[in-house]
Amino acid sequence: MGIVVSGLCHSYGKGAMARQVLQDVDLRIDPGEVVLLTGPSGCGKTTLLTLVGALRQVQQGSVRVLGQELAGAGRASRQRLRRRIGMIFQGHNLLRCLSAEQNVQMGADLLPGLGYRARRDLAREWLRAVGLGDHLGKLPHDLSGGQKQRVAIARALAAEPQLLLADEPTAALDSRSGRDVVELLRSLAREQGCAVLMVTHDPRILDVADRLVRMEDGRLSESVPEAVG
Amino acid sequence: MAWRIWQGRRIPLAWLMLTRQPVRLAVALAGISFAGILMFMQLGFRDGLFDASVTVHRQFDADLVLMSPRTMSSIGMASFPRRRLVQAMADPAVRGITPVNWGLLLWRNPDSRINRSILTIGFEPGDPLFLDPALAAQAEGLTMKGRVLFDERSRPEFGPIAERFRAGEVVETEVAGSRVRVAGLLNLGPSFGADGNMITSRDTFLELSPGTPPGSIELGLIRLLPDADAETVAQRLQRQLPPDVTVFTKAAFEDFEKTYWRTSTAIGFIFTLGAAMGFVVGCVIVYQILSSDVSDHLPEYATLMAMGYPLPSLLRVVGREGLLLAVLGYLPAYAAGLGLYALVRRGTNLPVFMNLDRALVVLVMILVMCLASSALAMRRLADADPAEIF
Repeated sequence: MGIVVSGLCHSYGKGAMARQVLQDVDLRIDPGEVVLLTGPSGCGKTTLLTLVGALRQVQQGSVRVLGQELAGAGRASRQRLRRRIGMIFQGHNLLRCLSAEQNVQMGADLLPGLGYRARRDLAREWLRAVGLGDHLGKLPHDLSGGQKQRVAIARALAAEPQLLLADEPTAALDSRSGRDVVELLRSLAREQGCAVLMVTHDPRILDVADRLVRMEDGRLSESVPEAVG
Repeated sequence: MAWRIWQGRRIPLAWLMLTRQPVRLAVALAGISFAGILMFMQLGFRDGLFDASVTVHRQFDADLVLMSPRTMSSIGMASFPRRRLVQAMADPAVRGITPVNWGLLLWRNPDSRINRSILTIGFEPGDPLFLDPALAAQAEGLTMKGRVLFDERSRPEFGPIAERFRAGEVVETEVAGSRVRVAGLLNLGPSFGADGNMITSRDTFLELSPGTPPGSIELGLIRLLPDADAETVAQRLQRQLPPDVTVFTKAAFEDFEKTYWRTSTAIGFIFTLGAAMGFVVGCVIVYQILSSDVSDHLPEYATLMAMGYPLPSLLRVVGREGLLLAVLGYLPAYAAGLGLYALVRRGTNLPVFMNLDRALVVLVMILVMCLASSALAMRRLADADPAEIF
């Protein structure tokens, strides 16, 4: 289980216009492991994330996610796999017309075999776990940036994912709430035994990682954890 | 079972997407209601005009009606020998007959002295003529020559006849050059062919239209025994009687008149086209609203797809939005339709009523309009690429 990526190449465009963004990428993440992916912008981090997240068709190489090979996987099987992957986006991407509780329940609703009340209670529990127990009925509009990102985390975790992908979850937050959000993410993921792959530029949060991976020009290199204070 | 459905319910995404944007929702509903009202009005006018062509026909106390085969409509009734009606009496299923004269005469407005064509029905005052017993009560007043019953719902151009009669005045005027006196009021209503109606005795009718030979009539009403089948008797009589009369059941008699107006005028086409315009306008409005709604929510739909929601479940959200708009937009259209019909009845005396058929037709049109628009708006959803939202 977890993620096993080997020999992954990816390019955008066709023919002479083709631009290679990933070159022979190998990566392995075990369940419960928190891996941070850094690197300059435009180096292919987000492309890797969308490939691992089953959002994009694999072109060349192998991507095994939660035991399923994604190379050659069809639209429907990728969509089913996505139910087991939690995603946290740079912008919180909450549904504007839903309250915090309803947004989280959209995550819980993906769980099979649970009644409405059970799913609703699950949503409330997760909101309490991210410290928003008092803001259940608020619309995203009425929440601060940090609160919105915490709702997004609750929504991702409410679907009980086995893998969590996060793209710069702290980008829109000040240093304190950014720190809080990432630590929350790590502790909740640990409890669930869920692997985490997080893209970040934020040097203040590198120390939450079990492992740091650096990407440059479409190639991966393991950095040494001690390089971070 | 009910509990399981209740437990299986989801967050009503379509409802919330619509209601959390109240201004857009109000615009959408106003547009759909407008289209619905337009359809109600056009179809109502169309059916009302056709129904109005048989306001008098419908009143006749008859199971079968004899007419001359040369008659094409109520504005050009040809006559046939009264003997045919008496011959029909020989059939064992026939209970009673009423010979009727029918013609358009000129009524002079007592104030403006302008002549106007009025539908005049002549009958033997003792005979049953109308289903409405109000006529029988007044028929006695017609036994004196020169007396008429005037339809108070005739157009006002005939003069303030009803008001004066009610005030107790003696109302007299000229019809076709002869003096007549109003002996009572009726409640019938104008139709296509006639702006007003009056009823008189057979003797008075013959006096007012000297060209009519005394032995001829325009309509022969036949009443059957309660257990007789009108269709069968009509066919039997048609076989037995000479070909100078045609036998109609009462329903066929009404249809014959309506068909004349439907086929010989453009009214049906014009109003159906009007209703179709309402439908098209509604489609454009709903499509605009739904497709901009989908575009606005595209990142959110993409997020849901990234979370693992299958595309069909999101298409259903758009479909449900269309369905909700249809139902929410139909209700005010229906209410406004009722109100406008009442206005039309008061303003034109046309029998425009809400009926189940039309209510259903407009409901189905609005449903088709909204669901077709949401199907078109769904194509935009295909643009939602979950890979683009990271």
